[in-house]
Amino acid sequence: MQTSNKLINFSHIYIYFLAFTSGFSIMCIELLAGRILAPFFGSSVHIWGSIITVFMLSLSFGYLLGGKFSIHSASLTRYGLIFIVAGVTLLPIVTSSTWLMEGIFLAIEDSRYGSLLASTALFFIPTVILGMLSPYSVRLLVKNSNESGQVAGKLYFVSTLGSAIGTIITSFYLVMWFDINTIVVSVSLVLSILGIVTIVLSKANTSFYKAKAQRDISHV
Amino acid sequence: MYNSIVKFSLSIFFLLGVFITNDILAEVIHSERSLYRNILVEDKGDLRCLKFNVKSNKTRQSCFLKSQPQQLVFNYTKQLLTALLVNPEPKRILIIGLGGGTMSNTLHQLLPDSYIDNVEIDQSVINVARQYFGFLENDKIKTYSQDGRVFVKRAVLKKQAYDWIILDAFNGDYIPEHLMTTEFLEEIKSLLSAQGILTANTFSSSKLYGYESATYKAVFGDFYQVSNPDSSNRIILARNNGLVENLNEAQSTVKHSENITKLAAELLTIGVDVKKLYQNMKSTANHQNWSDDSPVLTDQFAPANLLNIDTD
Repeated sequence: MQTSNKLINFSHIYIYFLAFTSGFSIMCIELLAGRILAPFFGSSVHIWGSIITVFMLSLSFGYLLGGKFSIHSASLTRYGLIFIVAGVTLLPIVTSSTWLMEGIFLAIEDSRYGSLLASTALFFIPTVILGMLSPYSVRLLVKNSNESGQVAGKLYFVSTLGSAIGTIITSFYLVMWFDINTIVVSVSLVLSILGIVTIVLSKANTSFYKAKAQRDISHV
Repeated sequence: MYNSIVKFSLSIFFLLGVFITNDILAEVIHSERSLYRNILVEDKGDLRCLKFNVKSNKTRQSCFLKSQPQQLVFNYTKQLLTALLVNPEPKRILIIGLGGGTMSNTLHQLLPDSYIDNVEIDQSVINVARQYFGFLENDKIKTYSQDGRVFVKRAVLKKQAYDWIILDAFNGDYIPEHLMTTEFLEEIKSLLSAQGILTANTFSSSKLYGYESATYKAVFGDFYQVSNPDSSNRIILARNNGLVENLNEAQSTVKHSENITKLAAELLTIGVDVKKLYQNMKSTANHQNWSDDSPVLTDQFAPANLLNIDTD
């Protein structure tokens, strides 16, 4: 019994850590978005208007979708899968942003709507996926309704703290040390690797429990 | 009793008067918070200055003398005119970063037949220039409230060309990052006419100096630097088709051209000494004062303003 308790705590800490990483990634990408759009749409105040609008909108859809996705057979494996998808959907920012923004720049004269469309095309999908992680984390962590508020509070704390740290580290240091593409690819890799690790851990965990359960049964 | 009250109030008035006159020495006649910055217009006797953000001398952006609006107050604006020694008759001029519009006014006065396009991101700055700095607009002088990078990209698409492009855009700290990258300078280069020249007002220090210089050199090859011993300003003067190899020879041919003699006389009336300009002009072909291995700034790697505060 004691071992299983310890295991559960450990997996909780791991989930909080993952929520921290998703918060970090969201703001790291949002901050870079300003830099990515600037060559085509400038640095007028409406550029940040476009970026923040798209990020808030996609996060809101992500929360809704993540909550819905967590209703049926929620598992660490599926949770890890969301991470992998998030990592993969970030890659078009590196591979296709130039021609995409070029096309939008040519098609739309007004840089307000141009930047709005460009940030939608580049950031909407990955941010929706990253947004799904928050409600899904709550689902995995809450064991009874009494503690649900506290769990949600802790989760907001950890993921928003991750966002704050992601913002400051990216803007103060990462842009000084690395290319924008290098940073985006790294975030994508970190998310994908964490996703894979999560799936592996969850498989190992279930087989461990299976083995343990069988052992218990045979001992009885 | 009554008398002493009068005396007392008189002395208070006197004291107040001292404070007020002190204040008049540098009087803020307009201040507003625009979308991008705080804008202050300050009068100090005959001198009127446009300042951004704080009330200190370091942040003066644009000044002129109310009694002699044509006189150029700042050394850097005089240095910018060095471009005219290289290309005396620019027909189409683009100024990115308006300030008080004094550069545009001066150029219109010197070159009344030239077309001048001003680009300024902040509409409030344009309004202030019009209202307080006598910024002149007519069918030859146009103003666009737009980000400089976006304007340049669109102008390239429309296959426009300028004979002289002046980069003078600054935000709170320095030149905005996206206006200092190789990609941006390539766009500028393709917007220049065959004989076109670029002048950029810079005053970077620390690490950024090398990065900035290397970026310009990567796009334009060698360029002239016009520096002023009294200030940290450096004007970068680059030509679309590269520098002439022998600066002295070029200078002497230019010196003897009729246009330049006329120009020199005109410049003298607005406080610009052409001889001095020549003296401060150096080619990076033989005076390169940054290390060869300085990295260039790109859209991907543009920590420009962070480099400027980093002092190692």
